[in-house]
Amino acid sequence: MSHQSVRTRTAVQAVRDSSLRLEKRGVDVAGELFRAVLLLCIVLGVLMLATLLAYVTWRGWPRLDLNLFTQMPSSIDLTTAGFLPAIVGTIWIMLGVLVTVVPLGVSAALYLEEYADTERWWNRAIEVFIQNLAAVPSIVFGILGLAFIVRAPLALGPVAFAGSLTLTMLVLPTVIIASREAIRAVPSTLRQASMALGASKWQTVWRQVIPGAVPGILTGTILSMSRAIGETAPLLLVGATTFVQFLPEGPLEGRYTAIPVQIFQWVVRPQEEFRVLAAAGCLVLVVLLLLMNSVAIWLRARFSRES
Amino acid sequence: MPDLTERHSPVPETHHTTRDDAMAALPRDPVFVTDKLNVYYGDFHAVTDVDLSFGKNEITALIGPSGCGKSTVLRCLNRMNDLIPTARVAGTVSYHGLDIYGERVDPIEVRRRIGMVFQKPNPFPKSIYDNVAYGPRVTGMKVENMDDLVESALTGAALWDEVKDKLKQNANGLSGGQQQRLCIARAIATMPDVVLMDEPCSALDPIATLKIEELMAELRNNYTIIIVTHNMQQAARVSDRTAFFSVQQKSETGDRTGALVEYDLTTKIFESPADRRTEDYISGRFG
Amino acid sequence: MASSTADSPAGLSLEPQSRRVGEKAIVAWLFLAALAAVLITIAIVVALLEPAAEFFRFVSVTEFFSTARWTPTQADPEFGVLRLLAGTGAAVLYSCIIALPAGLGAAIYMNEYASFRVRQVLKPLLEILEGIPTVVYGFFAVAFVAPLMKDNWWTWLPGQLGEEPGTQFILAAGVVLGIMIIPTVASVSQDAMAAIPRGLREAAYGLGSTRMQVATRVVVPGALSGIVASFVLGLSRAIGETIVVLLAAGAMANLSILPNDPVFTMTAFIGRTSTGEIAYGTTTYYSIFAVGALLFVVTLVVNLISIALVRKFREVYE
Repeated sequence: MSHQSVRTRTAVQAVRDSSLRLEKRGVDVAGELFRAVLLLCIVLGVLMLATLLAYVTWRGWPRLDLNLFTQMPSSIDLTTAGFLPAIVGTIWIMLGVLVTVVPLGVSAALYLEEYADTERWWNRAIEVFIQNLAAVPSIVFGILGLAFIVRAPLALGPVAFAGSLTLTMLVLPTVIIASREAIRAVPSTLRQASMALGASKWQTVWRQVIPGAVPGILTGTILSMSRAIGETAPLLLVGATTFVQFLPEGPLEGRYTAIPVQIFQWVVRPQEEFRVLAAAGCLVLVVLLLLMNSVAIWLRARFSRES
Repeated sequence: MPDLTERHSPVPETHHTTRDDAMAALPRDPVFVTDKLNVYYGDFHAVTDVDLSFGKNEITALIGPSGCGKSTVLRCLNRMNDLIPTARVAGTVSYHGLDIYGERVDPIEVRRRIGMVFQKPNPFPKSIYDNVAYGPRVTGMKVENMDDLVESALTGAALWDEVKDKLKQNANGLSGGQQQRLCIARAIATMPDVVLMDEPCSALDPIATLKIEELMAELRNNYTIIIVTHNMQQAARVSDRTAFFSVQQKSETGDRTGALVEYDLTTKIFESPADRRTEDYISGRFG
Repeated sequence: MASSTADSPAGLSLEPQSRRVGEKAIVAWLFLAALAAVLITIAIVVALLEPAAEFFRFVSVTEFFSTARWTPTQADPEFGVLRLLAGTGAAVLYSCIIALPAGLGAAIYMNEYASFRVRQVLKPLLEILEGIPTVVYGFFAVAFVAPLMKDNWWTWLPGQLGEEPGTQFILAAGVVLGIMIIPTVASVSQDAMAAIPRGLREAAYGLGSTRMQVATRVVVPGALSGIVASFVLGLSRAIGETIVVLLAAGAMANLSILPNDPVFTMTAFIGRTSTGEIAYGTTTYYSIFAVGALLFVVTLVVNLISIALVRKFREVYE
């Protein structure tokens, strides 16, 4: 300002003195404080995530070796014990979930989006039931699986497929909700064009709606699989056994265990070696989930860009 | 091909002269006759008491201000209104003498015989070929050679020369005007005798619009065409007959409803309308 | 009337050409699939009620709710479920103290402050936080959080509060449970905030409001029912969570809300008892179902409140 003439300076001063001011009125202390608190809230979550991942990695790293994936669990030789049966069990369980929940969930979503008359009370009731089911505690599904699937009427016994069906009921609402969103995103102009050409309702659904909704359904399915794969509590009730030193013979026979159940069993034991094994197991599970989530996020980004 | 300058004159005279001489006020050979057609969307009475007849191999334009029910009437003709859950139709729509709202009638059979083209081009996200073949495939038409059928439909829609080398490409890659002609090709591939057009040019630029209008003039030789349009010049240029709809207040309740005001030869509607409301609308005093 | 067939061209028929039986069968299947949610719910109720009724033949409902002690495995067992309810309440209390404000704050930050790029990073991070399996949180709670708190306990606190806790105590479970449900609260709250019309926000800025004023006077009040719904949903998650409380809160049916006391929650009791060696047909066995039924009823009430609230905020702006 020093190079300005006296007149300019006086003029500027005059404007300054008048009531019109567009500059910041100093620091907005309350506003900045508010912002800092909000930031703290979100940092709390992110920081915890970082701590958790760092801790699990640090503890589990020593046992993240090939033995973990190829050996049976053991209570004697803990330095070479693994959780191969749990891996195989989880694969069986998840395959069972996949083949049951996708047809069921997509069909339900198609009914609700394409066929249901929302004016009808029973269709609205179905929606409330689905929403409520989505928030029923997972252990309650375990009780249901124990009462109806492991025992009569289905009486499958404590086998991997009993675990599959229990988890299917658990994630069914998630698959339905995600599929409905995907179906709703298919432009209605395509449905109209198809119907106007004399296609029947189902022909329209089969040839236009389903192909258009596949990416969204796929994303939703992967995300619900990633929820199911980490579920522990319901599996504890439907026979995932604590200590399995053999591979399950198949989905319908033989005792089984799963990765999260195996981890749980390691966590409850006080010895240091089990803690390390548990941490290694957690690490494997988290990496698996991160992979599934990345695929889902990538798929979603890719298809949302295309449309 | 008709002379372009003539087709752009606001009031077509020569274009219609030869036909008009032979045309009575109402079509002699109607494909559709509506009788006391009423449409409701829930509690809303969208259209009241429409009596209309649509002539064979003629182009009929439905015009009028927004909300007058012209699109609603069009959508009754192939039962597309059935797809709206709250829609209810009263009165009759007879197609070659058959009531398409009759008890035994299957709306899917109706739509197989009556093609439709929509406001925004809506090709399927498939190849050009598959778009055209879609109708014949879903309706189970006995087609000896699908390639020939696709070619003749695309030729009929004046699109063949532009796309014959890229039939396997995705239809979304075409321009808006080409997409709309593809939709026309798709509609005529099922061999309908009527093509309904719901503001087919409203999303297109003037040049693409002109092409569609030329195409309509040709299609008239083989098809009965009913077109809803916001564009009065377009109605005047392409149509043989024009129906003017308006929004009215119901005398009993004062609720708004759409109704047919006047229906006549296009030349009559645009040159000497009988109703004051038609004249106001045509001359731009209203709407 | 033009319904006669007299003047219709020969061969024209608009009657169905096929009865489309397959199509009707498909629709029937689709309806059945949608009905599955109802059938599963009914199955849950039956699966819980039948054995629970058996339980109440041995222990009366009044006894269940009025007895002061929960000692199902002792020689002379007592079934005072209030102890378990209180245990659940204590764990949920601490988790909510953390998760509700933090979730709401995170949602406001994401919706009102974060730039597009920052949001693109934060949203997947919260999704990952939501996707971490409960058993991993449980491990984190017993192996990291609990020892850390125990070793650094605020021993200067007065009275019982200042006593160093054991290996399992409410605060460790509550804190981890709280972290776990932050993403649920944040994402549902943010959905509600995002539903507020742009125009409303712009109007407030147009009148010269600061960001904080827009956030606290326009966005939060406007999204209130959605925010409350997110709280209720978070609450329901916390009530129903099993593994973290089973591992970190303990198995002592205390009547306490002191952070350094262990408690036994409803879910922990079900998880622990059903995996142990419990003889089929004993009262203790049936008590699992009675507690399960109570848990189901509690979460059902909470869920229905949240569903009604979500509907309400959808109605307002959609």
